[in-house]
Amino acid sequence: MTYLPNLLFLLLLICSISLFIRNINKVITNINLGKQINRSDNSGERWKNMILLALGQSKMVSRPVSGILHILVYLGFILINIELLEIIIDGILGTHRIFSPFLGEFYSLLIGVFEIFAFLVIVAVTIFWIRRNIIRIKRFMNPEMKGWPKRDADYILYFEIILMFLFLSMNSTDSLLQNLDVPNYQKAGWFPISSFLDILYANFSIPDLILLERTFWWMHIIGILFFLNYLYYSKHLHILLAFPNTYYANLELQGKFKNNSSVTSEVKLMLDSSNNSFDSSNNNESIPDKFGASDVTDLTWVQLLNAYSCTECGRCTSECPANLTGKKLSPRKIMMDTRDRLVEVGDNFNRNNSKIIPDGKQLLKDYISPEELWACTSCNACVEACPIGIDPLSIIMDMRQYLVMEKSAAPSELNNMMGNIENNGAPWPFNNQDRLLWAEEN
Amino acid sequence: MKVPTLASMAAEGKKPDVLFWVGCSGSFDERAKKITKAFVKILNKADMSFAVLGTEESCSGDPAKRSGNEFLFQMQALVNIELMNSYNITNIVTTCPHCFNTLKNEYPELGGNYIVQHHTQFLNWMLKQGKFSIKGGKFKGKRITFHDPCYLGRGNNIYEAPRELIKKLDVELVEMKNCRSKGLCCGAGGAQMFKEPEKGNKEINIKRTEQALELKPDIIAAGCPFCNTMMTDGLKSKEKDDIIIVKDIAELIAEAQNL
Repeated sequence: MTYLPNLLFLLLLICSISLFIRNINKVITNINLGKQINRSDNSGERWKNMILLALGQSKMVSRPVSGILHILVYLGFILINIELLEIIIDGILGTHRIFSPFLGEFYSLLIGVFEIFAFLVIVAVTIFWIRRNIIRIKRFMNPEMKGWPKRDADYILYFEIILMFLFLSMNSTDSLLQNLDVPNYQKAGWFPISSFLDILYANFSIPDLILLERTFWWMHIIGILFFLNYLYYSKHLHILLAFPNTYYANLELQGKFKNNSSVTSEVKLMLDSSNNSFDSSNNNESIPDKFGASDVTDLTWVQLLNAYSCTECGRCTSECPANLTGKKLSPRKIMMDTRDRLVEVGDNFNRNNSKIIPDGKQLLKDYISPEELWACTSCNACVEACPIGIDPLSIIMDMRQYLVMEKSAAPSELNNMMGNIENNGAPWPFNNQDRLLWAEEN
Repeated sequence: MKVPTLASMAAEGKKPDVLFWVGCSGSFDERAKKITKAFVKILNKADMSFAVLGTEESCSGDPAKRSGNEFLFQMQALVNIELMNSYNITNIVTTCPHCFNTLKNEYPELGGNYIVQHHTQFLNWMLKQGKFSIKGGKFKGKRITFHDPCYLGRGNNIYEAPRELIKKLDVELVEMKNCRSKGLCCGAGGAQMFKEPEKGNKEINIKRTEQALELKPDIIAAGCPFCNTMMTDGLKSKEKDDIIIVKDIAELIAEAQNL
């Protein structure tokens, strides 16, 4: 019977980690539904990107208030999770604060630092909540943020406050028990913050205090394991995916758009007059079944990783000239739509034994309208704004390519412009022979 | 105006140091032609060895690519590359950031490898080489703000070259709320120049013009023919075009030197 808590803990740990691995595998499977693209080059530059952007949060501080608050929560999260290691070992072995005898004074310092960060996290998260719910900052209020995205964001804030409260209450009751010289509760730790909670628990009897301490301890770890499995259903997946996302981000200049190489061979065939272009049998380049993208499976795995990594912060949308002037386009919505459609296609794939059964829907039109796509000025403000290197513009351009090359569905003025380029070599209907007339003017 | 073409130079067995890629806007658009001419005046004043493609030039393909017509883009690109390679072109300068970006970044994979510079970079290089000098001239003391073209700034991380030139004019350079990597688009990029905007509550060029007007400038400096048009239209609709002018940096320099 004495081993019951240990077994229970182990079972809980194994179950939640298995579930988490299962979900992560689903994410990986879904990302791999995207087309291949090689991003294994330049590993030095890629590591640098990851260390600066994800680990170092360097782009977060371009907006100082949210940036610094985010760094506090991020540091708090990482530091307090160091203690998770002790909690897990304690849980399995049935020990209590197993590290304290080995670390001595340093242990006390660590606990104190964790507590200070726990407090800072509570402050930061409270400000985040105020920004979303009282000040109602514009970028959190866009149409795509209604419903689940809004609730998801709030749930995480509530959840973090609860976790921090449990952590501090656990320490407070623990320190009270330590001071009462209760066996098992050896003196360990510096409690600069949780000592303020002592007045809440000071009047309890020793058995009640032990019960409270154990309850907080269990609720804290259960909460963390729950959070681990909540990630999959939440924008909070970014805490993991920001790292691969920044590693695999586009390293080229933002102005350089990728050339579609399957088009090149066709164009070369057309231009080469000596070539018998009707005989395409000796053309080894395989012509893709589709130009551009109309669904998530036409996008690359990096674009799909982008979609899963998006935290819906809306910095992209708040910098988008189209969105700022009331157009329907929102780069954040492009990413959210891509992710939501990917989840749908991924479920389809998993349900049907690794095959996608057509469901009569696609990313284009069912999620993203041509009106949104045509509002883009390709200015790269969204790409520049993203703290973790997400590229909504590449998705917009791929979908435009599908509209034009597969559906001839460009706005009529653009068809005119393209006709002019084809016929006169300029987007306007001028005679190319007049190109140098300016040289004769003053 | 002395404007040699590559064909005429090749006929004489000569090759210029640099090809001036004029672009469709700079060749045909009334406003943009003034930028082209101003730049040529500076080149001629400094006695630079340059030539244009003239009637052999064709659209770089940027608006086709940004519209999604990859086929048309690559047709244009491959024809242009074949032509320029036949002239053994190594250096290109252009007054259009869209052509600049496409030639510099998207042509190499298709076989067009050139050193491509925006005219603001080229003018800086000319200054450093002592090819010519800039004095404030008639713009001395004026309040000027610079509008970053997306394809020069964010697209290619070139923020300082245009500003260095402006500062040489002895003017007061003031920055808009959104500048450099946070610069707000004029609304013309991504082939928007050639179509009506989608439904919204404001035009992008008006929004950008309002940012410029907050600074009460005398001049809005531009580095792109499309931005130039958009900002000029913005000023017109705000009825400020009589007191504020939009000028390309090449025009500012040429006019300051009374060229």
